[in-house]
Amino acid sequence: MSHPAHESEEARKARQRRNWLLAGALLAFVVLVFVVTLVRLKGNVLTHP
Amino acid sequence: MCPLVPATRGERILFLDPMTDATAEGHARDVPARGSDYFALLKPRVMSLVVFTALTGLICSGAHVHPLLGAVAVLSIAVGAGASGALNMWYDADIDRLMRRTRARPVPAGRVQSADALGMGVVLSLLSVMLMGVALNWLAAGLLAFTILFYAVVYTAWLKRSTPQNIVIGGAAGALPPVIGWAAASGQAPLNAWLLFLIIFLWTPPHSWALALYTTTDYAKAGVPMMPVARGAASTRRQILLYSLLFVPAAVAPAFTGLGGPVYLAVSALGGAMFLLLAARLYLSRSGDISDAREDGLYGVKADARPARNLFAFSILYLCLLFAALLGERLSGIAPLKALIGLNG
Repeated sequence: MSHPAHESEEARKARQRRNWLLAGALLAFVVLVFVVTLVRLKGNVLTHP
Repeated sequence: MCPLVPATRGERILFLDPMTDATAEGHARDVPARGSDYFALLKPRVMSLVVFTALTGLICSGAHVHPLLGAVAVLSIAVGAGASGALNMWYDADIDRLMRRTRARPVPAGRVQSADALGMGVVLSLLSVMLMGVALNWLAAGLLAFTILFYAVVYTAWLKRSTPQNIVIGGAAGALPPVIGWAAASGQAPLNAWLLFLIIFLWTPPHSWALALYTTTDYAKAGVPMMPVARGAASTRRQILLYSLLFVPAAVAPAFTGLGGPVYLAVSALGGAMFLLLAARLYLSRSGDISDAREDGLYGVKADARPARNLFAFSILYLCLLFAALLGERLSGIAPLKALIGLNG
């Protein structure tokens, strides 16, 4: 990977876009796991005597 | 020095040397990758078929599953399939660079670096398996992990370059998604789920070899021992016919095992007859005898190779129709044939 100091403006912008995309994907994953946990907890509570 | 080959990316054109890593990456290293390049690493066209067959397995299980968890199961399988695609592109970049069909892929074209493709494949594999295990069950997660490992290690890194049976054995990875979908919904993998596996497993050789018959030059150049390269066109045509004779009965079988209904029986029988007709025509043809029969894209071929192209194209349609019939019957409440004619089970 080329060093950020030597990268072109276009490459810097692309790297920033990629970083934001990664951050968004990670956040989406965390939210998804949270919601899945809620759904599974709810199902288990409802079936518990 | 080899001639430079234009590799298009959107409106831009990069000139790459297909014979050497260094030159290719050197030309393109300064051009930043786009989101679409990373998406292409996931092999979206393969992924769409995987999603479709996995969804069919999930619905056909008949088990009640929360819609969100069902969606998460399909997402996990899609991401797992994409991850194995990225690992495949990372490992195969050297031979992808030599073949017309694959040389514009992100890694051989130098738009995405090998290490990025590897990292993406590993991370997505782990996340997809973990998500499947946490959200659904660990049987489905285990099957998903096995599928990814089988495709990336057994098929890509071992079989693909060492035996003409590569796609026969490696086809198991592509055949597992409906079983994973079934297991995700029900926590089980009964015989009917494995029947869906068998259908895709037996479909893979005639499908892949029909394509290989008119892309022989590419595979030979890359040193991949596909059946037409290793055993010749006549042997490949004969084996395509033999596998078709095994595949079509397997495709009709779900109508008699409590899985498919009357629509499925009609689709599988009529489509199966057509499949056998095309396989027989291919057997009697000279497809593959000319070393390079491709003219344009996947479907543009010279006259001699048309029987191979026709079987390749129909095989995709037939598999889609089989799974669409199963899915359509389940969603519209059409009972399986076995229940309609009053048989137990």
